[in-house]
Amino acid sequence: MADTPDIALLTPYARSLGISLDRWDGEAPVLRVDFSEAVLGRPGALHGGAISGLLETAGYGVLRAALARSGREAGFVPINITVQFMRAGNEKRSFARARIVKLGRRTANLSVEAWQDDPLKPIASAVMNVMIRDAD
Amino acid sequence: MSDTQTAFDLAAAAPFLASRAHNGWLGLRFSDHGEDWVEMELPWRDDLLGEEGRDVLASGPIVSLLDMAGGLSIWARMGKFRAIATLDLRVDYTRPARERASVFGRVQCYRTTRSAAFVRGIAHDGDPDDPVAHMQAVFMTVDKRTVDLPRETSGETARG
Repeated sequence: MADTPDIALLTPYARSLGISLDRWDGEAPVLRVDFSEAVLGRPGALHGGAISGLLETAGYGVLRAALARSGREAGFVPINITVQFMRAGNEKRSFARARIVKLGRRTANLSVEAWQDDPLKPIASAVMNVMIRDAD
Repeated sequence: MSDTQTAFDLAAAAPFLASRAHNGWLGLRFSDHGEDWVEMELPWRDDLLGEEGRDVLASGPIVSLLDMAGGLSIWARMGKFRAIATLDLRVDYTRPARERASVFGRVQCYRTTRSAAFVRGIAHDGDPDDPVAHMQAVFMTVDKRTVDLPRETSGETARG
């Protein structure tokens, strides 16, 4: 935990949806969202948009942590996100963790997975490209 | 589970479907529709920001908006209500939305097969000719006896 950067991982949207930091797994924050009406899709299953929001927040989180470690101050502009839905999300707590596949000067490529009981059985995954705008 | 073949009155059903759960939390509103497309509105709200101190909606709610409009466009094209689940969804963010602007999601279902539905659309903040995002997605129809499949986009019990 010594290497845990003191950074804001959550956007106002993420906090509003109920996303929070569960723990650090190496250099990646593991984010979670508890079940609530706000993340419900059809009765009994999570909404894909809410799962996408959790995935995206985990992506920005790992990127912000990496930039903080290297002393870079930067803003993010989303380029795109592609989400795959593998399983229905049940009415329980969900987690997400991202991996930086490539971190460049101007862009980053991130791979993210979300799960509930078993990280090896993801409910959804995403690939994200993010534009990095260094502060002047 | 209700009858999956029920004739579907989109303009009547959309406000109900948008009023509950995640869509209700976002405050999604029915805007317009055609034979194979639907437009929904994500009204501006200051607790959905993507960045502290900058009055622009986060990208997450825009994914939800486009997912919802995509699901509805499938029912519009089919003219009936079937349980569906998003399989794959891609969003390209072509420019930031204007500050304090509502965002509209307009999605067309351009092809359905026995078990898949293909949609594409845009998000805009007032001018459909100047989109803030483009989306493409594939949905699957869900056999009601099958439980371990991707989530359905919305309730199949359209009561109330």
